[in-house]
Amino acid sequence: MADKVLVKGNEALGEAAIAAGCRFFFGYPITPQTELSEYMAKRMPKIGGTFLQAESEIAAINMVLGAASAGARAMTSSSSPGISLKGEGISYIAGSDLPAVIVNIQRGGPGLGGIQPSQSDYFQATKGGGHGDYHLIVLAPNSVQEIVSLTFDAFDLADLYRMPVMILGDGMLGQMMEPVVFPEHSERVLPEKTWATNTTKGLRKKNIINSLYIKPDVLEKINFERYARYAEVEKKEARFEGYLLEDAELVITAYGATSRISRNAVNALREKGIKAGLLRPITLWPFPKEAYQAAAKTAKAFLTVEMSMGQMIEDVRLAIDCARPVHFCGRTGGMIPTPGEIEAKAEEIARAF
Amino acid sequence: MYFPQKRITIYAGHYGSGKTNLAVNHALALRREGKRVKILDLDIVNPYFRTKDSEALFRREGIELIASEFAGTNVDIPAIPAAAQSAFDDREASVIIDVGGDDSGALALGRYQRAINDEGDFDMLLVVNRFRPLARTPEDAAEIARSIEGASRIRFTGVAANSNLGGETDAETILSSEEYTKSVSALLGLPVVYRAVREDLREALGNKLERIQPVKITGKIWF
Repeated sequence: MADKVLVKGNEALGEAAIAAGCRFFFGYPITPQTELSEYMAKRMPKIGGTFLQAESEIAAINMVLGAASAGARAMTSSSSPGISLKGEGISYIAGSDLPAVIVNIQRGGPGLGGIQPSQSDYFQATKGGGHGDYHLIVLAPNSVQEIVSLTFDAFDLADLYRMPVMILGDGMLGQMMEPVVFPEHSERVLPEKTWATNTTKGLRKKNIINSLYIKPDVLEKINFERYARYAEVEKKEARFEGYLLEDAELVITAYGATSRISRNAVNALREKGIKAGLLRPITLWPFPKEAYQAAAKTAKAFLTVEMSMGQMIEDVRLAIDCARPVHFCGRTGGMIPTPGEIEAKAEEIARAF
Repeated sequence: MYFPQKRITIYAGHYGSGKTNLAVNHALALRREGKRVKILDLDIVNPYFRTKDSEALFRREGIELIASEFAGTNVDIPAIPAAAQSAFDDREASVIIDVGGDDSGALALGRYQRAINDEGDFDMLLVVNRFRPLARTPEDAAEIARSIEGASRIRFTGVAANSNLGGETDAETILSSEEYTKSVSALLGLPVVYRAVREDLREALGNKLERIQPVKITGKIWF
C-alpha cells in the first residue's frame, strides 16, 4: 500500500502493526478503540496471522505475555478502564523482560467514566501503572500518519530494550480519519531473541520466562539491571517536536490531539504579538527533559494543556526543576479544550510579563 | 439534483464511506423542496460519528430526527427508539435512513425489512469510497455490498460514489476514482445514482463526469 488512503486512527494502528510484523492480536472491544479490534479481526485471517477476541482484557494481556514469550510480535489494545484491567499483566510482562505493544485510546474517567476523548491516564501510562518498579516506553502520536510511524517504532523499541511499549492515544486520534501513506517498514538492527521459549530443538538449554523471585537479593539485582537499561532508554530515546520555540517567551506544551489544538492557539497568539511556542513531547516516557530545560532559557512561563485535571504538568515542573512558573489549561471528562480557551489563558499569563 | 425521490432512501455501505454526510445532505435537499422529512439514525455500531451530531441543524431546518435518546451521550448503547416505526407508518413523510457500517451495522435495518420491502417505494444506495482501507478494490466493495444485503435482507438499488481523501480531496481525487466506481457498478449490476462532490470542487469538474451531486461537509470537525 504505497499510495494514500483515508484511514481512522484505530485502523492505522492495526495496519501499521501488521506492516511491522505483528501476527498476534488479542483484543476485547471497548469504545473508542473498537475499530482496531474489528480491523484486526478482518485482516489477520487474510495474512496468516491470529486475531483472538479474548473473554476479558485480563485474558488478552496474558495471551500477549504468552505470544511475546515465544518471541512473536504481539499487541493488545483497549481504552482507559480496560487498561486498568490489563495492569497486572503489563507488570508481569515488564517483570519478565518481554517486548509487547499495548495501545490505550483514552476516554474520560475515573471509573467507567465516559466514551469521549481524554488524556487522564497519563500518570498510569508513564509512572508504571501496575505494581512494582518498572516503566513502559510511552509514545504519543498526534496525527494518523504519526500513528503509523510510531507503531513501527513501538515494535522495534520493544524488541530492542525487551520491554513493553504503550501507544497512548485518545478518542479523537482513534476516531478521526486522515489521509495517510503506509510506507515499507524497515526495521532497526535488532538483537536475536535468544531468550525466547520457541523450542530448543534439542540443541540448547531451555529458556524460562519468569517474574517470580523468592530471594530478595536476586530480585533486587534484576531490578537494578532493568533500571540500567531504563537509564539507557532515557539517554537515547527521548523525542519531542518544537514549534516556534527559538524566541518563545510563553512555551505552551501539550501531547497528542491537544497539541494540534495548541498549535492553532500558538499561531493565533503570534498574530496578536505574543511570543508563544509549542513543545510537544512525542515520548512521554522517557520524558524529553532536556528540551524543556532548553526552552526555559527563553521562556518566562510554561502553559501545559491537557485533557485531564493536570498530570503531565508535574513532569514539566520536574524537568525544569520549577525554574519557571508552569500554568495549566485543561478540560476533563471527555470535554475538548478550544483554541480560544488556550489563547485566553495564555493572554492572561502574558499580561504579567 | 440527483438525490433519489422515492419515499424512503436508505444509505448503507462500508465503514467510514460517508453515509451520514450524504444522508444529511439528502435530507436537507428534500426539505428545501418543501417536503416533510424524517431522518432515521439506525447506526447502533459507531457511537462517535452519527446523524445526531447535526441535531441543531435539523431543528433549524425543520427536519425530524429519529435517533436513540442515548445517541452521542456517555451511555450510548445499541438501542433503536420506538419512534423509528413512525418512519414506516407515516407514509406522507419522506424518510432518509442512515445505516451503520458494514453488515454488522446493517443488521439493525433488517428489523424493518418487511415494512420496507412490502411498501416497495424505496432506494437503497451503496456508498463507496475507494480510499478506505478495506474497500480499496471494486471486489472488496462488492463483497461488502452482498454481506449488507444478507444482513438487512434488502437489495441495493444503486451506487452513490463518494471517493475522497478528506481535506486533501481535489478534482483529480474524484476523476481518478471513476474507474473504480464503474467497476463496482458493473460487478453489482447497479446504476451510479450520483457522484458526491464537495461543493467547492464542483466547478473544476465541469462536465467531465455525469450525475455530479454537490454536497456540504457536516458533523464534527475537531481541528
